[in-house]
Amino acid sequence: MLETRGFRILRTFGLLGLSIIVILPLYVVLVTSVKPLEDVRGLFTWWPSTITLQPYLDIWKTVPLADYFVNSLIVTVSATFFSVVLAVMAAYALSRFQFKGARTFSLVVLSTQMFPGILFLLPLFLIFTQIERTVGLQLSGTYLGLILTYLTFSLPFAIWMLTGFLASIPRELEEAAMIDGTGRMGALIRVVLPVARPGIIAVAVYSFITAWGEVLFASVLTNSDTRTLAIGLRSYASQTDVYWNQLMAASVVVSLPVLIGFMFVQRHLVAGLSAGSVK
Amino acid sequence: MAPTLEAGNRRRVEPDPAAPTQGRPVPPAPQRKRKKDLFPYLLIAPATIMELLIHIIPMILGVWIAFIALTQLSIGNWVKAKFIGFENFVAGLSPSSPIGTQFYGALGRTLLFTVIVVALAWALGMFAAVLLSSSFRGRGLLRTLFLVPYALPSYVGTIAWAFMFNQRDGVINRFLVDDLGLLDHRPFWLLGSNAFWVMVIVTVWQFWPFAFLMLLAALQNIPGEVYEAAALDGASLWKQFTNITLPMIKQANSVLLLMLSLWIFNQFNVPYVLFGPASPPEATLISPLIYQQSFSNWNFGVGGAMSVLLLVVLLIASAFYIRLVMPKGKGPNA
Repeated sequence: MLETRGFRILRTFGLLGLSIIVILPLYVVLVTSVKPLEDVRGLFTWWPSTITLQPYLDIWKTVPLADYFVNSLIVTVSATFFSVVLAVMAAYALSRFQFKGARTFSLVVLSTQMFPGILFLLPLFLIFTQIERTVGLQLSGTYLGLILTYLTFSLPFAIWMLTGFLASIPRELEEAAMIDGTGRMGALIRVVLPVARPGIIAVAVYSFITAWGEVLFASVLTNSDTRTLAIGLRSYASQTDVYWNQLMAASVVVSLPVLIGFMFVQRHLVAGLSAGSVK
Repeated sequence: MAPTLEAGNRRRVEPDPAAPTQGRPVPPAPQRKRKKDLFPYLLIAPATIMELLIHIIPMILGVWIAFIALTQLSIGNWVKAKFIGFENFVAGLSPSSPIGTQFYGALGRTLLFTVIVVALAWALGMFAAVLLSSSFRGRGLLRTLFLVPYALPSYVGTIAWAFMFNQRDGVINRFLVDDLGLLDHRPFWLLGSNAFWVMVIVTVWQFWPFAFLMLLAALQNIPGEVYEAAALDGASLWKQFTNITLPMIKQANSVLLLMLSLWIFNQFNVPYVLFGPASPPEATLISPLIYQQSFSNWNFGVGGAMSVLLLVVLLIASAFYIRLVMPKGKGPNA
């Protein structure tokens, strides 16, 4: 939109207001995470009586945070990887081929996004226990069960976005490669994927964020060995005292991987979104 | 739904290369060879299997659960649980029973919650996207900052707000009561009807950046010359917004509104982290209610019956959703 003086003034105050809304909770988390325990037992103070990094050392001892961290990393990274691979394959099929059932496939995949997790949590748990009974493959309480579950959560959005993205890449690129003797799969991997990188990164970030923050299925499908951060963080509050300073320090530590990753790729995210789904 | 998919799969065994695909002209390319025809099916096979295993089959099983007597005792051997017809539906869904009243209350409340949160998140996201669509110093920094609530794990954002709305000594009461003196008592924010509005605030805070992100991407696709031309004709900023911006991002907008509505309607994380497994009655949404029935009261059957009704409601809604996202006879983005 073209800028007038009025627009500039509106922009300054509008952006200031939005920034305050965003920053306030972040400030509260940060400032609480460097307070001594006495400070967080009474009325909230805007500034710590003394700044201490002790909570950042204590969080690892109060609960097995490192274990939760590793569990979350294993589950999230694996789920993201497989989700992206599956989405690229399906999106490539949808964007390049006309085949019977393509529309049905899209319809069914898209509509699964409609339904809340609560609708299939219990049945999925029952299926997992039945698989364990009959085949002996343990899914509930294992990494595998959680990875399989999480990878499907981001699949509909990923397929839908990548289909649009791949469709915008000219076919001639692969056709040229195939004339040079590369197979279909080779053309996809060596020619299409590099061009589609922004879209793939956007989708991977989306998958990662989805899996890293998931609470509902983690609360039922993990046990003490596979507990993820989403559930593990509750341990700071479930004891007789709420270690608010440690809880906030742990929140900072837990958020860092996603935030740092997000900062690096956010440019791609906007580019990917505008080239892909949003037309 | 699953039967249609199966039919689709069965058809693929014997592809008929001569048949035109759904009335569309077959591309005149030599790519109609039999070997190549299997390739797209191989590509979608893994995604299909995963969707079947994690979503479709469990949802069908979920309908079955509503008709059997599933208790804590029989859950270990649920395959043999007794079929009891509509008993669970009578217990959980008849409007005169206390549980039924809860269910319909939660359904209405969830709808209201969805409308309010989506409207606010969209408005904030649009506002920010318009303000950041032209370049100025600090724009990149602000864009990154505004995306933080979305990138942050949902439970972290919610824990922060739960701490802030603490009754005795949270930052909100500190600010309103001690710093500004606006209130002479310390309200319980996480109880009663206050809890509903706190839940609204927390959810809007987490979701408006997504609206912002999608709308920003959409706005960047509008060529600047359009506005220049309009400005030359003397169109005001508001006119430019309603006559140019909104119509040009219509497609992106409808997709965004639908995605937001679904996420908010199905919201579980925020109430679960804010209130624990049992929300206050005035703030109980539909997903937490079903969770409560199934995993706190061990009333799997009633939870199942509620799920089935919710499934029906959402299936009807999904018919509209699909019509919007996928115009008839086209692929998702074609």
